[in-house]
Amino acid sequence: MTTPQRGSSNPGLLERLGSLDRRWIFLSMGLSIALPILLQLRFPEVPGPMARATFDAIEAVPEGSRVLISFDYDPASAAELQPMANAMVHHCASKGHRIVFMALWPLGKQMADQTIDQVLLNFHPDLEYGTDYVQLGYQAGNEGVVKLMATNIPEQYKTDTSGTKLADLPLVGDLRNTSDFKLVASLSAGNPGAKEWVQYADSADKEAFTLVSGSTGVQVSQLLPYYPAQLEGMLVAVKGAAEYEMLVEEKYPVSKDAERIGQGRVRMGPQLVAHMLMIGLIVLGNLAMISGRARGGAQ
Amino acid sequence: MMQRTIPIAILSLSGVILILAYFSPLTTSWGETVLNWFNVLAAVAFVLGAGNILRVNLEKISSQRPGWAYAAITLVSFFAMLAFGLFKLGAVPNAKYPDIHFAGDYETTASPYGWMYEYVLSPLTATMFALLAFYVASAAFRAFRAKNTESILLLGTAFIILIAQTAAGMFLTAWIPDDSAFAFLRFDSMRAAITQHIQTAGMRAITIGIALGVVATSLRLILGIDKNYLSSR
Repeated sequence: MTTPQRGSSNPGLLERLGSLDRRWIFLSMGLSIALPILLQLRFPEVPGPMARATFDAIEAVPEGSRVLISFDYDPASAAELQPMANAMVHHCASKGHRIVFMALWPLGKQMADQTIDQVLLNFHPDLEYGTDYVQLGYQAGNEGVVKLMATNIPEQYKTDTSGTKLADLPLVGDLRNTSDFKLVASLSAGNPGAKEWVQYADSADKEAFTLVSGSTGVQVSQLLPYYPAQLEGMLVAVKGAAEYEMLVEEKYPVSKDAERIGQGRVRMGPQLVAHMLMIGLIVLGNLAMISGRARGGAQ
Repeated sequence: MMQRTIPIAILSLSGVILILAYFSPLTTSWGETVLNWFNVLAAVAFVLGAGNILRVNLEKISSQRPGWAYAAITLVSFFAMLAFGLFKLGAVPNAKYPDIHFAGDYETTASPYGWMYEYVLSPLTATMFALLAFYVASAAFRAFRAKNTESILLLGTAFIILIAQTAAGMFLTAWIPDDSAFAFLRFDSMRAAITQHIQTAGMRAITIGIALGVVATSLRLILGIDKNYLSSR
């Protein structure tokens, strides 16, 4: 057995940390996400300007207006976007807007169905299909769908998801194009999504409707150049959802299943701890590098 | 000759019609027809994609390449979803038309297709995405090093955004008054400055560059100068 001596090449604690087995990192990350969920950690949020702009944009639309919500995401992004969808649908319904649902992503239709069941009909059971809301579903074509809807919706959507002709549904019977909506919202996880709504629908008739979006954190860079000129409101990732939820719940509280309109705030707990862990890991990694360099220089 | 001339003619005609439709209301209906073709082609692309999945995975299984068992699982899952969805197997009968099988609801969790979507596909895709958190943490620990000025700037920016995206960002610097001369040191102010000025400026430059590139490429395609998308045969 040898005893470490001054000036030996045995690595110090920090350098050993530099070669930390990544399974420890995985375990730490797992715990930092699981514990806040299990302990139901919640932190207060202060609504930022983007969440407030989104809330105000929906509020500014006259009561009873026809609005379009496009579900441009799938279950992979539901953790970020579903809380926004829940709060936005509840907000629109509470304000008395009549909602048309659609999707540019194949599984977006299922996300919209889920929101209709769990939020719209749960909190607003008196709403009637065809008059107060309609589900148009998914159509293949990506930006082609948006572009065609900008000029001729009946050409793009002949029927709703149940096969009923649009002409037989009071809410959409007289729809001509996207200019017939007062508000369009895209809950977007990528391409096609909010960017296509800006480029093809908003540009076709800038004054006709208000365009807002909710996007994942990774997509926000693409959308920032359009805020606030084209996108009058923008919700960014879970934080945006949490801030928007606060505004919605403050004005339109729900008496049951309040957690449906609080999913964003629930997810901010794990996000806080996970982000702090990331910062800690980056600092540790850099300290290990500096320590290794110092030792190398000394030798 | 015809194999190349006809696709180029279709592309050029479609491109010209879409440009005209944007500027002239008289040609709007032509543009709509072209867009309808585009959407039909996009739907056909799903069939081609499915055919490709089938071909790639069948090849892998037949040649017993490493991981062929995964290919078999992919194909079994593919055919199961296809059969349950296409033929509405086990669909919940429609209350209005109980005798018409295809009027049934196959998307409810009471049917096999809906059940597999809700309890297999949906959690699996969410899990795959969630795994990123673990790999990003590991990569950040190993690779995010302050080795030079650029990486120090990147690191500083990452710290500000990571903290500002949580409640901690608000409360760590909430003691700095909004209207003070030091308000720019608040995490929310720093995040806003980074995203709205630095990030947006960079993204605008990239977006304009991409747009110019798309215009140039589209013109080359419409004019028949660029034929790389066609088969070389």
